[in-house]
Amino acid sequence: MTGSLHLWLIPLLPFAGFLINGLLGRRLPKALVTAVALLASLGSFGVVLINVFSMLGSIHMPASLPVVETFGTWINTGALHIDFSFVLDQLSIIMLLVVTGVGFLIHIYSVGYMAHEEGYWRFFAYMNLFMFFMTVLVLAGNALLMFVGWEGVGLASYLLIGFYFQRTSAADAGKKAFIVNRIGDFGFLIGLFLLLANFGTLTFSEISAKLAANPAWTGGVLTAIALCLLLGAAGKSAQLPLYVWLPDAMEGPTPVSALIHAATMVTAGVYMIARTHTLFDRSPFALGVVAIVGAATALFAATIGLVQNDIKRVLAYSTISQLGYMFLGCGVAAYSAAIFHLMTHAFFKALLFLAAGSVIHAMGGEQDLRKMGGLRNKIPITFWTMTAAVLAIAGFFPFAGFFSKDAILYEAFQHGGSGKVLWFVGVVTALLTSFYMFRLWYLAFTGESRSHDVRPHESPWSMLGPLSLLALLSVVGGWIGIDRFGSFLAPVLGEVGNSATAPGGKQLDIMLSIIAVAVALIGWFIADRLYRQKPDSPARIAAALPTGYSVLVHKYYVDEIYAMTIVRPLLFMSKYFLEWVVDVGLLGGAAWMLAGSATLSGAILQRWQSGNLRSYAAWLAVGAAALLVFVFVPWSTVLANFGIHLGMAGQ
Amino acid sequence: MAWRGNEKVNAINPSILTLILLLPLAGAGLVMLLPDRGKLPAWITLFISLITFGLTLHLPAYFALGQHGFQFEINKPWIDSPAIFYHVGVDGLSLWLVVLVGLLAPVGVLASWNAIKERRKIYYALFLVQQTAMFGVFISLDLMLYYGFWELSLVPMAILIAMYGRKDGPKAAIKFFLFTFIPSAPLLVAILWLYARTGSFNFSDLQVLIASGSLPATPLAWVALAFLLAFAVKVPVFPLHGWLADTFSEAPVALAMVVAGKLGLYSMLRFHVGLFPDQARAIAPLLIALAVIGILYGACLALVQRDFWRLLAFAALSHLSLITLGIYGLTFTGWNGAIYQILNHETIDASLFVLLGVLEIRYATSQIASYGGLANKIPRTATLFVITSLAMIGLPMLSSFVGEFLILSSTFTGVSRGLAIAATLGVILSAAYMLWLVQRIFYGPQGALAASRPPDDLRIGESAVLWPLAVLMLVMGLAPSLWMRTIENRVSAIHIHQEGQR
Repeated sequence: MTGSLHLWLIPLLPFAGFLINGLLGRRLPKALVTAVALLASLGSFGVVLINVFSMLGSIHMPASLPVVETFGTWINTGALHIDFSFVLDQLSIIMLLVVTGVGFLIHIYSVGYMAHEEGYWRFFAYMNLFMFFMTVLVLAGNALLMFVGWEGVGLASYLLIGFYFQRTSAADAGKKAFIVNRIGDFGFLIGLFLLLANFGTLTFSEISAKLAANPAWTGGVLTAIALCLLLGAAGKSAQLPLYVWLPDAMEGPTPVSALIHAATMVTAGVYMIARTHTLFDRSPFALGVVAIVGAATALFAATIGLVQNDIKRVLAYSTISQLGYMFLGCGVAAYSAAIFHLMTHAFFKALLFLAAGSVIHAMGGEQDLRKMGGLRNKIPITFWTMTAAVLAIAGFFPFAGFFSKDAILYEAFQHGGSGKVLWFVGVVTALLTSFYMFRLWYLAFTGESRSHDVRPHESPWSMLGPLSLLALLSVVGGWIGIDRFGSFLAPVLGEVGNSATAPGGKQLDIMLSIIAVAVALIGWFIADRLYRQKPDSPARIAAALPTGYSVLVHKYYVDEIYAMTIVRPLLFMSKYFLEWVVDVGLLGGAAWMLAGSATLSGAILQRWQSGNLRSYAAWLAVGAAALLVFVFVPWSTVLANFGIHLGMAGQ
Repeated sequence: MAWRGNEKVNAINPSILTLILLLPLAGAGLVMLLPDRGKLPAWITLFISLITFGLTLHLPAYFALGQHGFQFEINKPWIDSPAIFYHVGVDGLSLWLVVLVGLLAPVGVLASWNAIKERRKIYYALFLVQQTAMFGVFISLDLMLYYGFWELSLVPMAILIAMYGRKDGPKAAIKFFLFTFIPSAPLLVAILWLYARTGSFNFSDLQVLIASGSLPATPLAWVALAFLLAFAVKVPVFPLHGWLADTFSEAPVALAMVVAGKLGLYSMLRFHVGLFPDQARAIAPLLIALAVIGILYGACLALVQRDFWRLLAFAALSHLSLITLGIYGLTFTGWNGAIYQILNHETIDASLFVLLGVLEIRYATSQIASYGGLANKIPRTATLFVITSLAMIGLPMLSSFVGEFLILSSTFTGVSRGLAIAATLGVILSAAYMLWLVQRIFYGPQGALAASRPPDDLRIGESAVLWPLAVLMLVMGLAPSLWMRTIENRVSAIHIHQEGQR
């Protein structure tokens, strides 16, 4: 590799955009704010593209990766040495293309969507800040630098969820997101400490090298490290039991939901597991936990998604569920399949959110599906792009989601006996996914309009352009196929099981695909029966199953359970036990007991209250005099009188 | 090395510490002599403190890396009997603390600018005396000299709390007095005992003598304990924090920001672990346990405070306990982290004190519940408050993260995994109480209080303090090596070397 790739430009350009808009944006004209923000994210995308194309043109490409660029030392003390170093390899290339590419499209979309919002400059400053941290996270060559990006995207997320900070619900949601993520970050930190203790380094390549040099090293502490990292990943990627922040995060503007809470940030957990997969590979137990967490989350979130009425919340639960698929993929060591689904999901889920934003825009801010309906002809472009995304997420051939979901389900099925169970859960989830997506589709676009006071209008081209491009990607994004995608990533993630070469693999793959599509069709069929043919039946079903329906509508009461078992007990204990009993009662009491003998000094001090300046000055003088006495009294003589003699030692 | 030719600047090396020490005292005299008219005392104090700060910057600029022992050292006999020397000097441990005192002096003046409206003369005179006392603590290498400055640092504080208390000054002053003066008495006795046994107050001599084992063990253990007690109260270490919350809510902002933390923590490093390594090692498990309790206890109490000064006090207890943990973990990396974290904590706390002071001057209450929805009204204050809060909760790239990471990781690898994990839980809680505070003050719908006043954002003086501090937090988070190189270059306790030799 000759010459520098200038990887530092990728994060630094958005950071410059953040600084300019963040510090000066209030006073800059709107057009300039727009230009800065778009150029910053476009520039970042451009640098990635240039690097990728220059490599594709080079025949040495596979050999030249990974490229490591180090820009200086961050921490260097004792045994700890952490560099600012970026790594460009196949995995980070895919992630960067998704993050900066989809990120740029969403920036364009936001220009239209946020046009009339107060704090336009602030929004774009935060978006650029997010791009900065996300690219740092992806490029980081060591786990601590990744943690910088990791917490940083959490910050950007906090700021953007709470963008409408005058709304109490938005401010609450932002805070909740940050704190729940911190619980995950706690796990990440402990994982870092364990890495330091056992590997003496946080650099990914050195960790992998040490593992490769000790092939017999499995389980034990590696399981502990992997589980700690998994806790971090579960927080960031909204998996059980830490998913609770993501539905609330929908308080943020819709482009934020698309970029941060669907396409990029929430996939960081999947990326992190893939990045540290050499560790996970050595712990079958940890991998099993990853798979179970993923499968359980996929199913759990999908069931909640069935009954949500807020269009963005349906998509939020869908995101959690799809992230569950990716975890499931990681858990069966099919990292390439997980990253494949991460990529296609970024396309169609960003599209779903942006199209939902276009719907909300058309409806004048209305997000309740029950008040929509009949939008198909009024906003046709939004409708068609949304349709592409719905087909993609439901997993219909030949849309993007089909290929990636299929890859994960195939790998799960091949993963021993327990793999069959995981596969079955995945298939059931696919059924539910297809159902709730078509439910959304029918409720929003078909039938009669259920709200008469709005005049829906199509969105401006700054919004429709990104929608169309993402719709295209949602169709063709999977055509590369898992085999080619997997072999591209193989230098980083290892070889994937290739269905074409495995004995009977091809037939099995086709059979599983047919099952998956059939299941998706069933989901569509049920949604069609319930929401198009017999629109009154959902209410009847809900009435027939009051308990089940209520549990789902209340999202299994998980928020309430957390409040009852963790938040309130903690506050109660802090307030009544720690503060009143311990601090005021025990410690305060003890202090005053001790001071009881010193009431005399207290009485003397009362004189200070006199407010008389002279008396304060006098006290100062007394204090100074006392000091002088200490200094000038011939201590040796005094002490000698007490029988203590100086100069016994030393001198 | 480029500076070597600069003879004129080098010429002040031998007297630089004396200059730094005496300039504020001379300033205090000047303030007392001149009339108490308008803001004259404040201007003089600002001027003096800026010059002093400039002088303190001379130290890191001319500090010789790789040179062992104290630098800029002066050791002159002062009093023959007892043999008290004017012995001052700095090493990597105290170097940046001196600079920190210098930096926080102008910050304190500007924080007092609008807050102190009466009896400015006495206020600023005492403020400057306090500066001299703090410099003295950090540079004294003669135990008696050190003790003098240690006591002197308590006097202006107690007087000013009593005089300028917001609600209940005298009561807080008594509490402060009882908690801090009383443990100083055993400290004095202990110092005198050492002198009686050795005939020396000299830090380096005593360090060698104590290490040689020539002093009787049992009394020495008591002496070490007396040292520790005085320092632990001043930090404060749980459960000796009883004075902290009252002092934070009563003391003038400029003094509250310097009252806790660095003096006690430095003294622990230099005069407890530094002088009595064996005794410190013996008692370290207790202090580590108390530190971990303090981290969680302080954070839990910060969660439920209704007054933001008290919240800040318990948050400080939590963060100072983390530093204590770094010190008594007795690892090389932990010490680096602890020393660095003192600097981080103090700059962040100073910034928060100024910001909360801004709010209290404007809205005349420290009850958190009264606030709400201020972000639109005073956006610059909100921005800086958020940045400072993020620094405080250890967001990577801002200053605290590096120190916290060094302390926690060295505790994990070198001391105890379980305790490190418990201490790391503080990470979650700190985010909870700080972000909740931010939300209750700045977010949500505008409350009656916010509507009661016209928009009144940061003034020039306030911005001039807060923005540089914010930039400093960023730089300290990104380039810790600028500080770490000199911090590592310290005269450390004899028993702590091994781990760091790599």
